[in-house]
Amino acid sequence: MSTQRPSLDLSLLPDGGVRWLDASGANSDIVISTRMRLARNVSGYAFTARAREGERLRMLAQVRDALVHVPTLRGSVLFRLDELSQNDRQLLHERHLVSKELAGLDSQHAVRSGAAVFLGEEAGLLVNEEDHLRLQALRSGFAVPAAFEAVQRLDRELGAHVPYAFHREFGFLTACPTNVGTGLRASVLIHLPGLVHTKEIKKVLTGLQQMGLTYRGLYGEGSEVVGNFFQLSNQTTLGRSEEDLQEHLVRVVRQLIEREEEARRILVRDAGYIIEDKLWRAYGTLRYARSLTFDEAMNFLSGVRLAVGLKLISGLSVYTLNKLLIFAQSAHLAHQEGRVLKDDDEANLVRARYVRQALASEGGGHQ
Amino acid sequence: MLCEMCNERDAVVESIKVLPTGVKHEHLCDKCAKAKGVETTITMQQHALGDMLHAVQQQVSLATSDAASCGFCGATARDFRLTGRLGCAHCYEAMEHSLRELLRRLHGNSKHVGKRYIAPQVQMESKVDSVHDLEDRLRRAVESEQFELAAELRDRIRVIE
Repeated sequence: MSTQRPSLDLSLLPDGGVRWLDASGANSDIVISTRMRLARNVSGYAFTARAREGERLRMLAQVRDALVHVPTLRGSVLFRLDELSQNDRQLLHERHLVSKELAGLDSQHAVRSGAAVFLGEEAGLLVNEEDHLRLQALRSGFAVPAAFEAVQRLDRELGAHVPYAFHREFGFLTACPTNVGTGLRASVLIHLPGLVHTKEIKKVLTGLQQMGLTYRGLYGEGSEVVGNFFQLSNQTTLGRSEEDLQEHLVRVVRQLIEREEEARRILVRDAGYIIEDKLWRAYGTLRYARSLTFDEAMNFLSGVRLAVGLKLISGLSVYTLNKLLIFAQSAHLAHQEGRVLKDDDEANLVRARYVRQALASEGGGHQ
Repeated sequence: MLCEMCNERDAVVESIKVLPTGVKHEHLCDKCAKAKGVETTITMQQHALGDMLHAVQQQVSLATSDAASCGFCGATARDFRLTGRLGCAHCYEAMEHSLRELLRRLHGNSKHVGKRYIAPQVQMESKVDSVHDLEDRLRRAVESEQFELAAELRDRIRVIE
């Protein structure tokens, strides 16, 4: 058995990089988090995928030198993804702090030289992603204005010292034309079990697409929807202002929250004991199972989260459940164990133990 | 069929070129194909990345408009079609026409109405930096067979040095 110890010191991260999970934001029983990201490229270099190693490293150095003028990232922690082990890169990805592409976990892309992330308390800066720079702010709950304000501030400060590629007609230029213009992707991670159980979800998702929003799974682009968690974001970035895009998202998500609440009321009214039994079974499984796959854990957690929202189960905090979403994933389990887990079977055993302990220490579950 | 260049060996590669005057087919043996810089399927199968190989294969039969390259990074419209990604900010100008249409289809609009931006005047830190940049661009131009661009970059490096 390998005794290799994952090396990443997460205590260096402001708030351990998990403040966005703390369920302190508005509507946090339904909206887990809000993320705003801006895509930017630095003038004078080919975009990341076409750039040579030297260009990527010089661009990173230029950005790092400019950070003395960027108060938003003062005291931020720099991680060079190209110097981290696969488990550590995955850990940062599972924590939603870096994208799959930057972490080099995408089957098409190995980790690039010069791939780096600056993690500050208010915002983060991904360097040498598909675009040179991805500025992002993550907030707990439904907090579009706060997240947007943070990312705007970072953009203003950084853009005054690093020259961005900007076109008079097309706006901020990006490697992929789907991000050009504002470069803004405004998204919320939202839990919609009510709409899934009442079978309304298909209709709702089609409606969202007609309103210019797109949805993905827990881990953004290319990830599948699991545990009824959806990531919603604007589909287009050009031809509308940043304010327009975020106001539109806010309006649509508000309606969606109302529809989810309505669906939950209908569930309790029409399927009272059936739904109650189902959710308690989910809790029972998490509390006592000896082996749990990731998908199982997510689906049962979804049930328990709903039960807490419906006040069927008391004494469990949404924060604990949010943390379980992230900490029950493979790289986190390996990190907690202090060693690399040998296969999925072992990860399933460790996951079940971790979930049991977390729920037991919370002492919830009593009616 | 014999190779049209050497008339000695069997032709194993068909090179297809799309020219303004029409399509030109040329049958070559492996050796002459290599001498002309035409990638053959035999050599291509040895590479790992299928997509990249496909790209090289496609380069053999470049349409004229596809051959137009970005003066900064050397990327072509064909590169974009294969990867879905532009090579650099200047590609937006090199392919302005077709991109405008694409952006209209993608976003329903091609005009940015959001935040305006004026880039700060950043002094090149040192001469070394810009020479490094030019050298990287030169290598990329040579790799993607953008020889005119490469010659221009080489001249610029000489001037600085």
